[in-house]
Amino acid sequence: MTAVAEIMDYDELLERFDPVLGLEVHVELSTATKMFCGCATDFGAEPNTQVCPVCLGMPGALPVVNGTAVESAIRIGLALNCRVAEWCRFARKNYFYPDMPKNFQTSQYDEPIVFDGYLDVVLDDGETFRVEIERAHMEEDTGKSMHVGGAAGRIHGAEHTLMDYNRAGVPLIEIVTKPIVGAGERAPEVARAYVTALRDLLRSMRVSDVRMDQGSLRCDANVSLSPKGSAEFGTRTETKNVNSLRSVERAVRYEMRRHAGVLTAGGTIVQETRHFDESTASTSAGRPKETAEDYRYFPEPDLVPIAPSNEWIEQLRETLPELPWERRKRVQQDWQLSDEELRDLVNAGALDLVAATVDAGASPAEARSWWVAYLSQQANTQGVELEALAITPEQVARVIELVSEGKLTHKLARQVVDGVLAGKGDPDEVVATEGIEVVSDDSALQAAVDEALAAQPDVADKIRGGKVQAAGAVVGAVMKATQGQADAKRVRELVLAACGQ
Amino acid sequence: MTSTASGGGPSDGRTDTAALTGLTAAELAAKLAAGEVSSVEVTRAYLDRIAAVEPAVHAFLHVDEEGALAAARRADEDRAAGRASSELAGVPLALKDVLTTSDMPTTCGSKMLEGWTPPYDATVTRRLREAGVVLLGKTNMDEFAMGSSTENSAYGPTRNPWDTERIPGGSGGGSSAALAAFEAPLAIGTDTGGSIRQPGAVTGTVGVKPTYGGVSRHGLVAFSSSLDQAGPCGRTVLDAALLHEVIAGHDPLDSTSVDAPVPQVVAAAREGAAGDLRGVRVGVVRELGGEGYQEGVQRSFRAAVDQLTALGAEVVEVSCPHFDYGLGAYYLIAPSECSSNLARFDAMRYGLRVGDDGSRSAEEVMSLTREAGFGPEVKRRIMLGTYALSSGYYDAYYGQAQKVRTLITRDFTAAFEQVDVLVSPTTPTTAFRIGERVENPMEMYLADLCTIPSNLAGNASMSVPSGLSDEDGLPVGLQIMAPPMADDRLYRVGAAYEAARDAAQGGALIDRVPQLEVA
Ligand SMILES: [Zn+2]
Repeated sequence: MTAVAEIMDYDELLERFDPVLGLEVHVELSTATKMFCGCATDFGAEPNTQVCPVCLGMPGALPVVNGTAVESAIRIGLALNCRVAEWCRFARKNYFYPDMPKNFQTSQYDEPIVFDGYLDVVLDDGETFRVEIERAHMEEDTGKSMHVGGAAGRIHGAEHTLMDYNRAGVPLIEIVTKPIVGAGERAPEVARAYVTALRDLLRSMRVSDVRMDQGSLRCDANVSLSPKGSAEFGTRTETKNVNSLRSVERAVRYEMRRHAGVLTAGGTIVQETRHFDESTASTSAGRPKETAEDYRYFPEPDLVPIAPSNEWIEQLRETLPELPWERRKRVQQDWQLSDEELRDLVNAGALDLVAATVDAGASPAEARSWWVAYLSQQANTQGVELEALAITPEQVARVIELVSEGKLTHKLARQVVDGVLAGKGDPDEVVATEGIEVVSDDSALQAAVDEALAAQPDVADKIRGGKVQAAGAVVGAVMKATQGQADAKRVRELVLAACGQ
Repeated sequence: MTSTASGGGPSDGRTDTAALTGLTAAELAAKLAAGEVSSVEVTRAYLDRIAAVEPAVHAFLHVDEEGALAAARRADEDRAAGRASSELAGVPLALKDVLTTSDMPTTCGSKMLEGWTPPYDATVTRRLREAGVVLLGKTNMDEFAMGSSTENSAYGPTRNPWDTERIPGGSGGGSSAALAAFEAPLAIGTDTGGSIRQPGAVTGTVGVKPTYGGVSRHGLVAFSSSLDQAGPCGRTVLDAALLHEVIAGHDPLDSTSVDAPVPQVVAAAREGAAGDLRGVRVGVVRELGGEGYQEGVQRSFRAAVDQLTALGAEVVEVSCPHFDYGLGAYYLIAPSECSSNLARFDAMRYGLRVGDDGSRSAEEVMSLTREAGFGPEVKRRIMLGTYALSSGYYDAYYGQAQKVRTLITRDFTAAFEQVDVLVSPTTPTTAFRIGERVENPMEMYLADLCTIPSNLAGNASMSVPSGLSDEDGLPVGLQIMAPPMADDRLYRVGAAYEAARDAAQGGALIDRVPQLEVA
């Protein structure tokens, strides 16, 4: 037994060790049917209603490959800059488990459909880090066990176990990185950024729901430490049950610190599977891998090899949508953003939301301002992802419209947004039910207008002389003086009136 | 009342029944088409025959009297309405219990699936029904098709109608015995290493292993996926051809199914029956004969080769040096695949469940069930295969076996550049006695020595009776092998030989089946 060691301070560990990461991401494809049969793949259906002899592993049943899943796999590979195999096969991974109907998983072993690629991921400060992709291969998902009775959902103490085979046979793509070295102190951040980038990529391609909370995107994080300067990799652990982007970062960070503690105390790292606990942000030992599991892989004799032709691959390349990094470049140009503005937008996870808000009629500047500033703060306060806020891009666009129409000041607009977030309905409903409207206090405004005209007498003369377009400068000064709470349209009217126009 | 009677022929004593059960499928089809007999009459005759001889033969695991008669009535109605589904509409058939049937149990000869009725029909089953063929029941077999004698059935052995103290071959001994005992005019078998051809040889019936991929495996409970192939069994080559055309053809539900036109086997059988083999080049495989082969088998084979020469065929000797390694390669590949294919029998979703008393884990129940549900031969092969696929042994066993397989395929390819078909004895010996080889698996495995190469290479292969061994009076089979998707060559040569054989031997061989004890 290894003595229980303290986990090490992060800065201290970085002085002694270099982290090496390996990330395995399982993605459930959102194909209409399963990998090897015609069953539906809807999430959350009644247990065992999306099953047939094939995905139940009935005697005599044979698999037939889902062509759409193969296309998705190739497209993902192309987007990840991978090479596509000229010829590849499925294999059987043999092991007994009740949630696996055939007691083997039809997967790909030494002949993945795509391999040798990379993904450039953008870190928080806008730097790019290249993560190299070892391979991506196709396989089928397992069923789900539900342990009934005993402690919540755990197998120990359960009275019995129910099986739901709806998920059995759902197409999965497993994307495996090459060892990620050289990330140093930023290793946890790189891990999160990689999974985020992958998620955004797959979402833009519409090949998966990529919902970590629903398990349609799952990440296993392999971590090992090498003594500083050594080229030799240390023993790795594989952390599972990492169910959010934030957890990816925290799990890697925790494992790095734990490894460092064990190694520094003279202990050895046990090669094992560990489980991440969201509530304590720590990992605990799972199944020990004392004897390496022998899966007795061999080529799947029920399926024929897949040999994608160059024509087919090029056709599939044509179907790739604008990928996230291309999109970022375009958005930066279209919206005329500085590198910092783009970085803030991406870091806030607001790009899609802003784009949707722009599509709904808002100006890019206004849309960006709302999402990156006020709404990001609200998301932070609520502890949720920006996209999880109870407001849609269309609603934000409407609020922006109300402001530009002069029906709301910026301050009032925030009240309306708060109402929408609180579930009080659409912006217009909130305005109506809460009685929110611009109070035009002309006497207060008049004073500000008079003051602004007095401060710019030459401009005032121009307006009096008929150059009404010069009023903008005065309106701007009034708006500045009233901290944006005034109705700009009304201010303009008052300015023109004061100048006899 | 017990009496004795010969097969199904005219001397049976039960004249009407015998008149019908003694006919070939082609003859029955003609009578049905001419309205001289109804399918219900034919089906009843076979059901009566089954009831009479089953106690002595035990060819069936399940007889579906009601279902068969209902199917026969439908066939008659369809014919009366002028829409007979196929040439074989209304003709009865015995189905090996390894093909799924939604209205009958499918046990594969195992306790593991006792009483299990599948939720779906195999493609072969569906095609038979669509052709109006009447399914009499399911035939006995070695458990999960592993064996060469049908002694590995969990439900007791089938007996050879030529000598009920002897085995009918295996794994499809039930299907071939049913034909030889006149319990069915047609049967379906499956052939992984010889399970159609070897039983055909030792029961004096015709059995064909079509080209791999020629007949869908959807619904064929897998033993060894890359070798398994369903095929037709009959008492004549033409009957087998008629059945072949019903069950063959591309099936999108089987990815290994060949998407190409079915070879014209019926036409080839009819052409062959004319007896002219001039221009056909026949290769005698040097490696499949000689030492270790029973004398009477060798003599029968040589006579058959002379017969082929007399029919005008050009006979040459051909060497296929890697065939010597076929048996070894087979006993690595087949168990490897079987160890994986049979993993699904785990008590979770269907079939036997042992030890589920609430105190045991799923893993323990799986283990107890597999311990209780599988017979010794199945366990032996699962263990062999698990070992052969293990990390560290894979390359030496499974990997090497696949290389041998490639070499054997090359031997065939080279041979078929010189000749149109290859021939050999189907089995090294005639039917052995029940119990004789049970204790010696290696000796049992030798029964498939000649048939295995065709499974490894995936080509088409037939066993057609070549007469009786002069030393024991038991049937001997002539094996004919053709290139993939050239199944029609088997039928042309087989039918020509069959006609010449009957002419030379004074009548159909099958009519010389001894009398069976009738219940
Ligand atoms: Zn299914």
